[in-house]
Amino acid sequence: MAEEISTRKAYGHTLVELADKNRDIVVLDADLSPSTMTDLFAAEYPDRFFDCGIAEQNMMGIAAGLAASGKTVFASTFAVFASGRAYDQVRMSIAQPRLNVKIVATHGGISVGEDGFSHHAIEDLALMCSLPNMTVVVPADANEASQAVRVAAETPGPFYIRLSRPKTPLIYGEVDRDYRFVIGRAVTMRGGADATVIATGIMVEPALRAAETLAKEGFDLRVLNMHTLKPLDEDAVVTAAKETGAILTVEEHLLQGGLGSRVAPVVAKNHPVPMAFMAIEDRFSSSGKPNELLEQHGLTAEGIAGQARQLLSRKG
Amino acid sequence: MLSAKKSGNRKGKPAASAPKSAAGVSASGGLSVDELKAKAKLLRRHIIEMTAEAGSGHPGGSLSSADIVTALYFRVLRHDPSKPHWPDRDRFILSKGHAAPLLYAALAESGYFPVDELLTLRRLGSRMQGHTDRGITPGVEMSSGALGQGLSFGIGVALAARLDGKKHRAYVLMGDGECDEGQVWEAAMAAAHYKLDGITAIIDRNNLQIDGWCCDVMNTEPLPDKWRAFGWHVIEVDGHDIEQLIDAFEQAKSVKGQPTMIIAHTVKGKGVSFMENKAEYHGKPPTAEQAKRALKELE
Repeated sequence: MAEEISTRKAYGHTLVELADKNRDIVVLDADLSPSTMTDLFAAEYPDRFFDCGIAEQNMMGIAAGLAASGKTVFASTFAVFASGRAYDQVRMSIAQPRLNVKIVATHGGISVGEDGFSHHAIEDLALMCSLPNMTVVVPADANEASQAVRVAAETPGPFYIRLSRPKTPLIYGEVDRDYRFVIGRAVTMRGGADATVIATGIMVEPALRAAETLAKEGFDLRVLNMHTLKPLDEDAVVTAAKETGAILTVEEHLLQGGLGSRVAPVVAKNHPVPMAFMAIEDRFSSSGKPNELLEQHGLTAEGIAGQARQLLSRKG
Repeated sequence: MLSAKKSGNRKGKPAASAPKSAAGVSASGGLSVDELKAKAKLLRRHIIEMTAEAGSGHPGGSLSSADIVTALYFRVLRHDPSKPHWPDRDRFILSKGHAAPLLYAALAESGYFPVDELLTLRRLGSRMQGHTDRGITPGVEMSSGALGQGLSFGIGVALAARLDGKKHRAYVLMGDGECDEGQVWEAAMAAAHYKLDGITAIIDRNNLQIDGWCCDVMNTEPLPDKWRAFGWHVIEVDGHDIEQLIDAFEQAKSVKGQPTMIIAHTVKGKGVSFMENKAEYHGKPPTAEQAKRALKELE
C-alpha cells in the first residue's frame, strides 16, 4: 500500500519551504490554521501571517490589498467558505483585477466526512471556474499539491487550489519520479486505447485501481489526471476522444459546473463520442465517514469500474 | 474589438496642470484654500457634464464627496500622476465605486489622463467605466462597485506598507449607506486589531441612500460611537469645509496604534440646488436642461 498523506499537509509544509526564499509570501487564514495547516507557516514566520478571524470576506479583500502592493498572498480556509461565503469578494477584488492571490482551500468535497453538508464543498469548482482570470487546480496527491503550490507562487495572477482533508495515497513516484506539474497540462497516468477515464483530485487514485481491474478483464483504459480544471487541457481531451472512443469523467463535486461539465462541450464540439459522468447528483450531502460518503455516491474504484464497463458496452 | 485607447474624442494631451513632480511631493501641492475651493467646483462641473453626456451615472454621491476628494488629490496625497505605479505613493481607494465620475475628474485634473476623456464616461470601450476598474484606468487603485469591500483592501495595503517599512498611507472613501454591509464591520474590527495607523478612512455622511434617508432604510446611528467602540480614532468634520478636512487628514497622520475614521458630514448633491438632499439623484443623471442650470450654479 502506498504511503498516505493529505494534500493539505503537503500545502502547510510547502509554504514553510517557500517562505525563506520568497520574502514576498504572506499568508492569511480565517481561524482555521490548524486544519488548513497554515499554522506551520504561522509558527515559523509570524510577521508574515495574519489571522483574519472568522471573516472570510474581509480576508479576501485584505489579500487583494496586499497583492496590489506586490505581495504573493496565500489565503486559506475551507473550500465551502472560500468559494461560497466570499464569492463576490473573490470576484470583485481578486479575479477581475487579476491580483496575485492564491486561494488555497482545504476540505474540498464530501471526503470531509462527519461535519456534513455545511462543510462539504460540492459546488466550489463550479463557482471558481465560472470566474474569468481564475486558474483552478485540484491536485491528485500530496506530491502534486506541493508542486502546484510552488508553481502558483511563481505564477502571477489568481489561483484557486482545492485540497482535501483525509490522508490519501501518493500516486506519483510510482508513475514517474521526475514528474513536473505544469498548469493546464493533463497527465496520462496510464496508457490505454479502449476508453478514457478523466479524473481530478483524489478520484485519480481509485480511477487507476479501476483501470487495473478492467485490465484483468481484457480492457485497456487510459487514465488522465485532469489536475487543472481551468484552463482545461482540451488537446488531451480531444486526443482521448479520438484515440479511445469513449470518455468517463470522475469528480468529487456536483456534475453541474465541474469536471464533467467542462469536458463535455470540448468532446461535443471536436469529436463526439459516448460519455459517462461520475459526480455528486443534484442534492446536498450528509454526515458520514469519508469512505462511506464516497461509496454512497459511487465514487470508488469499484464504482468507476462498473461505470467503465457500461460505457464500454455502449461504445459498440 | 474596441480598445480603450481607440475610444472617445480625446485630443491626446494630458491636462495642462500635470506637474513635473519629484517623487515624494504632493503632485499639486501648493494650492491655497481658495484655489482648492475652485478646484472642487471644477470637479463638480465635470461630474454634471459627464453624467449628463453619459445619460446615466451617479451624480448625488459624487457631488457630496467632491470636497473630500479635492482635499486629498490636490493637497494631502503624496502621488505622482506621471508614475501611477510609484511604489511609495499614498493609495486612494474609492470604496463607494459609484462615485467614479468624481474620481475620474480628480485623476484627469491631476494629470493621469486627458481631461477630454472624461466625456467618454460609460461608453463602450472607454477607460471611464461605470464603476471603477483597476486594470484599465490610470490611477484607479481598486475595482469597485459592489459595496463594502474597500476598507478590507485598504487594510491589505497598509499591512504591506508596514511589512516593508514604508511610510505611505491608505485612504479609503466609503459611503454611509455602505456601512449597512457586514464586511465593513469585519474590516473595522481587523484594522483596529492590527493597530493599523496607516489607514485613514472617510465616511461621506450624506444621510441618504437609494431607498431614502439612511435612518429609515437601515439606521447606523450612533455611527461615531460604533467606530470608536470598534477601536478607531474618530474625527467629525463638515465635509464641505476644505480647511477642516485638511486639518483632519493631518491629525490622522499623527495618530499612532489605531486607524482613523473621518466622518464627513455632507449634503448629497451638494452644489446643485435641485439635487441637494434628494435621494433620487443617487443614480439619476441631469437632463440637458438641468445640466445647464447646474453648471450655471457652479460658475
